[in-house]
Amino acid sequence: MSYPPRPDAALVADGVSKRYRRRGADVLDDCTFHIPAGVVCALVGPNGAGKSTLLELAAGVQRTDRGSLEVFGGPVWAGHPRVAHLAQHRPLFHRFTVAETLRLGARLNVGNWDAELATRVADPERFHKDDRIGDLSGGERTRIALAIALGKRADLLLLDEPMADLDVLARQELMGLLMAHVADTGTTVVMSSHIISELADACDHLLLLDEGTTRLCGGIDELIAAHAVVTLPGGADRLAGHTVVEARPAGRGTSALIRPAGAPGDDWEVRPPSLEELVLAHLAASGVPGLAFSPTPPSRLHVKETAA
Amino acid sequence: MAFSFRIDRRSGVPSYVQIVQQVQQALRLGLLQPGDRLPTARAVVEATALNPNTVLKAYRELESQGLVETRRRHGTFVTGTLGASSADSPWHAELADVAARARAAGLERDDLAALFTDVLEDLYPSKEPDVVPPQA
Repeated sequence: MSYPPRPDAALVADGVSKRYRRRGADVLDDCTFHIPAGVVCALVGPNGAGKSTLLELAAGVQRTDRGSLEVFGGPVWAGHPRVAHLAQHRPLFHRFTVAETLRLGARLNVGNWDAELATRVADPERFHKDDRIGDLSGGERTRIALAIALGKRADLLLLDEPMADLDVLARQELMGLLMAHVADTGTTVVMSSHIISELADACDHLLLLDEGTTRLCGGIDELIAAHAVVTLPGGADRLAGHTVVEARPAGRGTSALIRPAGAPGDDWEVRPPSLEELVLAHLAASGVPGLAFSPTPPSRLHVKETAA
Repeated sequence: MAFSFRIDRRSGVPSYVQIVQQVQQALRLGLLQPGDRLPTARAVVEATALNPNTVLKAYRELESQGLVETRRRHGTFVTGTLGASSADSPWHAELADVAARARAAGLERDDLAALFTDVLEDLYPSKEPDVVPPQA
């Protein structure tokens, strides 16, 4: 399956494969998907699914072995002016102070730097002016690294586990700043997590990776509408005709997460799955074809209002 | 005057529905009245960390219910009221009369509550499908 490049695509992968050692396993294996511009996409998958590798490839800090990867219809390269990357290990100069790190961000992005946003995210007042990056806690370093990533006026933000080592209060604050930034600018965000509930309220799009390939990709509402949790009397054989993602016995009946093909039976109870159920069922299933929606331009949502 | 939303992520109620319900509740209690201004969608997004779509969906729903109106460059204002459920409404007296007769006829509180829910379901079908209870 291959998508033609489109101007409204933020990130398009076509058959991307990557391995780190010649005889090693593929970290990404023929991975294909399409992320439209303007969405907030959760990049989800178990440990080792290839999430960080994918973000590194998109940021241009690693090369693909096979397949193509494009940002905004053009090639990826390290230092792309429209792309910012928050790497998993938060690479910062440990001997710099917080203020020096912010000045470095401004110098590296002259003409393309949002000092106000960077300052709000980093919140330098919470640090002593002589604090060096190496003295900070993991969560504090994440805050500074996120400030550098958001300070760059990028159209595509690639955030690797942005909330992983933040406390609950900082999560709420920084996710709020990120969402307000999205509302202001319509920037595209791809952020990874292995905990789907952490991202469910912030994201409108999902890319589920498993063993280096795409299992699900599309708008969250769209993906949920394409599936159903059904409970019915009798065995799983009554589900013939539908795509059964996962089925389990429920007393004398069967409970299953399916991709319906046609109307359900009269005696079935049907409800939409939660996002978490959808992800878990697809990770537990093997041999079920994945689902990637063909690109539809998203309805752009700009929240431009004057402040109250 | 300020109004802020509390989103309970574990309640199982979709976040946009929680926003709609909190405005409706505030209108019923008189905490919000016509002319009052709601926070901008952007301010709600920043405070709640919800996806901007979710907040816009809630505001659009409130608009379609005729409860608020968004005026460009000025913000979102309360235009409707939901005051019909106050204790001095004539409906309160009629319902109290029905309930008293039912009790006199021997109905338990739960019987009456179930009947009332049933009547409401017939007259105001819910838009959201019911959640399937776990099978025993």
